[in-house]
Amino acid sequence: MTELSAHLPQFQHGQLTENFPDNHISNTNDNSERRRHDNSERRRNDNPESETNGQPQNNVQQQVVEQDEEEDEELTLKYGAKHVIMLFVPVTLCMVVVVATIKSVSFYTRKDGQLIYTPFTEETETVGQRALNSILNAAIMISVIIVMTILLVVLYKYRCYKVIHGWLIISSLLLLFFFSFIYLGEVFKTYNVAMDYITVALMIWNFGVVGMICIHWKGPLRLQQAYLIMISALMALVFIKYLPEWTAWLILAVISVYDLVAVLCPKGPLRMLVETAQERNETLFPALIYSSTMIWLVNMAEEDPEAQRKASKNSSYDKQAPANQTQNEDAEADDGGFSQEWQQQRDNRIGPIESTPESRAAVQALPSNSQTSEDPEERGVKLGLGDFIFYSVLVGKASATASGDWNTTLACFVAILIGLCLTLLLLAIFKKALPALPISITFGLVFYFATDNLVQPFMDQLAFHQFYI
Amino acid sequence: AFFWLVSLLLSSLIWFIAVKASDPRDEPLQKGLLIFGVMFSVLLQEAFRFLYYKLLRKAIEGLVALSEDGCSPISIQQMAYVAGVGFGLMSGAFSMINLLADALGPGTVGIHGDSQLYFLTSAFMTMVLIFLHTFWGILFFHGCEHQRWWEITAVVVMHLAVSGSTFCNPLYVGSLVPSYLLMATAAAWAYLLSGGSAQN
Repeated sequence: MTELSAHLPQFQHGQLTENFPDNHISNTNDNSERRRHDNSERRRNDNPESETNGQPQNNVQQQVVEQDEEEDEELTLKYGAKHVIMLFVPVTLCMVVVVATIKSVSFYTRKDGQLIYTPFTEETETVGQRALNSILNAAIMISVIIVMTILLVVLYKYRCYKVIHGWLIISSLLLLFFFSFIYLGEVFKTYNVAMDYITVALMIWNFGVVGMICIHWKGPLRLQQAYLIMISALMALVFIKYLPEWTAWLILAVISVYDLVAVLCPKGPLRMLVETAQERNETLFPALIYSSTMIWLVNMAEEDPEAQRKASKNSSYDKQAPANQTQNEDAEADDGGFSQEWQQQRDNRIGPIESTPESRAAVQALPSNSQTSEDPEERGVKLGLGDFIFYSVLVGKASATASGDWNTTLACFVAILIGLCLTLLLLAIFKKALPALPISITFGLVFYFATDNLVQPFMDQLAFHQFYI
Repeated sequence: AFFWLVSLLLSSLIWFIAVKASDPRDEPLQKGLLIFGVMFSVLLQEAFRFLYYKLLRKAIEGLVALSEDGCSPISIQQMAYVAGVGFGLMSGAFSMINLLADALGPGTVGIHGDSQLYFLTSAFMTMVLIFLHTFWGILFFHGCEHQRWWEITAVVVMHLAVSGSTFCNPLYVGSLVPSYLLMATAAAWAYLLSGGSAQN
């Protein structure tokens, strides 16, 4: 399911920490949700067929169910590939923005001090001292992250929703206004564009306000996606600027380990968060997930009786179904929401697989508009913003500090995308929440260090002699 | 693209180890090591192409098993083409992109007595390699599909020949001309294998 921990940004001395939880959850959520969607798609297509065959008997229902499962899997794979592409585009866009900025605006590669969370400097006399300092920095950063996650889980458990929402709003306010103001200023400086304060104020005001509305409330899907990509890129740029070399690589490595642990261990904070959300049938936080499609609400009148039916079925399902429902309901309240009908249909579709003939009868009694309300192609995938941020940090750091320059950047980019592919594939296989960071970051780190140290001299020599391989 | 990258990684690892283990001042030895590295890299690339073929084969079998009408949504020829394009793009990108980045800056080509056509010939060579990889992909997969080992060896030999011909750079006529001829051959061959004919 989706584990989302929202690390709300804290503004200290002009620096900001960011929401890390995003990583695991949204990604996994979306994947599991996506799969559910696909499953429900199948079901939906199959159920009418079984209905037209007359009242199916139990054994026929059994066969139908099995066929449904197989076709579900196949369609899942087909749609799964489509969803992978739907995730590739925003991740690529974010990375492109970060790399373009790093290459052109020198502000983000200049060393202007460090974050308060990484107090130890890396300009030391000995290598050992430097290693020690970076380890300490990484440890402090990670413990800050852990503390924030636990704080979030505690707040969520004790229903302090106002605090969480306020926190989220403040953080996105800061990102949208303050950081983009700095970014705009630096871009103007780089290209030597003269600009007056009034115009800048107007631009930033419009940008920020529209961003707040899009992210936290309603707005066109593409605009919301664009804003989420932009704030991820801004956050990644802040990290690239303010984290010293070794600390950054260490933090990337440790955070993917933490991601793995927090999502998969039974007592992990993120897992607990998701489970709590499931138990309460509540939405997870908006503005921390990137959603690739939105299902529009159709035919609102049908919702209530079906919602009751859905609610009554909740107790009989195992954990996954309620989780799906939760996410569906949550998703509906979310910007990237799914329509109630779709949720109900999906739940009803999943029902026949594991429930009694009664629910099957209920499923068959579903209104026929279930087929028309959603386009199967519109099933969306979701990815956490923290994933975007850390992928971009890796690629950005690679382009900023690598001797192999573009080769290294390209290699890291391909590695991260392949890692993302693999993660989605694993999700399709395991059908449970998986963290998005570990595989991609591992590939990325391996390829960064390998390309920088091994491939770079080789390619250099080849280019010098103009040999081609 | 990822598979090509991994093969490049492994081959550069081997080369790096060889270089570190040898005397850096011995010029002919370094050049010889580089040549060895190139040949080894070519062989590794083809090996990874084969591995990729195996992987895609498994994927197709899975898709066919799950599909409704018994045939996979994407044919092996399409996969061969895509694999070839991926290999080619990655190899082209790695060959050219630093060159392009440097070309943006100030400078004079060949001011120290090297060839003035460096950028041009690099561009042409990269282009021919990208095309070749695409065609080799089709030929290679076709050979694997139909168990025609001579097709596979032909691809490997062609690749070795093209890389070898670049050893006579900066005598560009020795590398570009054979490469383009080989590309024309490979193009015609791949076209015929994919079902095209002189009329169609």
